[in-house]
Amino acid sequence: MRITVLPQHKQVELSGRRRASEVLTQLGFLPGTAMVIRGDQLVLEHEMLDADDVVEIRSVISGGS
Amino acid sequence: MAALPPEHAGARQRAGEPSSGRRRSARWTFCRRCHAKAEVTLRHHNAAFCRACFTFYLQRQVERTIEKERMFRKDEPVLVAVSGGKDSLALWDILVELGFLTTGLHLSLGIGAYSDQSTLKATQFANARGLTLITVPLAEEGLAVPAVAAFTNRPACSACGALKRHYFDRLAIDRGFPVLATGHNLDDEAARLLGNVLHWQMDHLARQRPVLEPTHERFVRKVKPLYRCSEYETAVYAFFRGIDYMIEECPNSVGATQLVYKDMLNRLEAVSPGSKSTFVREFLRRGRLLAAASPVAPPQACERCGMPSYGGLCAFCRLVREVEVKRERRAAARP
Repeated sequence: MRITVLPQHKQVELSGRRRASEVLTQLGFLPGTAMVIRGDQLVLEHEMLDADDVVEIRSVISGGS
Repeated sequence: MAALPPEHAGARQRAGEPSSGRRRSARWTFCRRCHAKAEVTLRHHNAAFCRACFTFYLQRQVERTIEKERMFRKDEPVLVAVSGGKDSLALWDILVELGFLTTGLHLSLGIGAYSDQSTLKATQFANARGLTLITVPLAEEGLAVPAVAAFTNRPACSACGALKRHYFDRLAIDRGFPVLATGHNLDDEAARLLGNVLHWQMDHLARQRPVLEPTHERFVRKVKPLYRCSEYETAVYAFFRGIDYMIEECPNSVGATQLVYKDMLNRLEAVSPGSKSTFVREFLRRGRLLAAASPVAPPQACERCGMPSYGGLCAFCRLVREVEVKRERRAAARP
């Protein structure tokens, strides 16, 4: 699957069918800190991502100071 | 019925098979309200929602917060501080949907392309909905954040905070708004609380509230209607509502202490969902009494601009004076 990680605009390729939560963990995201977006839909953490999926993982953490 | 996945055990959800199309998942999770396929799960609420019900849920949560905390009424004009990010645009959208009288206020901070993009997002949001947005370009006032930080040798976030506080306060009072609303969310409040507790900043703890009543005639009421909504919830709301917000982060936020605190709190939340909410809620319920035992003296008027100040000059005027002195020295040194 092809993954774009935002806001870093990092491109990642992962092989095989995987659970969304596994992908998040592999990319270093804690639960509830990123949205997994496929097309115009959010993917739940326990749902599966297929090998040919194109996915956006968008961090929700913002802030400074 | 298939067994619920472990992370949903105990939730008021049903699990089943998709009826058609490619098999995406072994199970579906259903919306707590309408039992359609869920698109978001909230671990700390042990709940799942479809798009429409989540939107309703979050708007209702904010409405309840506004009512419970007596933040403002439907007939009071509210100035909404809008950065162009997910929280402030989600807040503005929710307030408009709930029927409140709102005007946006955006400070263009002068942080290069980041600020240009943020201003564009805020402007596009307002224009698309026919809303009024007041934009203040700090660079035109000679106070772009990078320049102020460089002239005063302060961290950019410190300069930025002082500028924001001053312009928010001043514009709210000058334009006749009784209330200023900001998009601070639960994660912001939990991180701020952790920082204040780690350093036992009693004066800051005393002022950490979702509603700050004015303590000076040139202050207005400041409110945080999103203080019970997590950062994840506001991001999901913005996504579901099709809000085109600024995804990129401020270049000055790299390594910011607040992000370290947020990371620590998210690690805690991962093993104990609801920790952030409990931390903030119980502070507001019990800890505030302790903090209130350290009363803060009311501010005086700044000698230069008349805005509230805890010294002779307010933080903004001290900053501006420093910038002016450095600029004059630099001009005098030129051949």
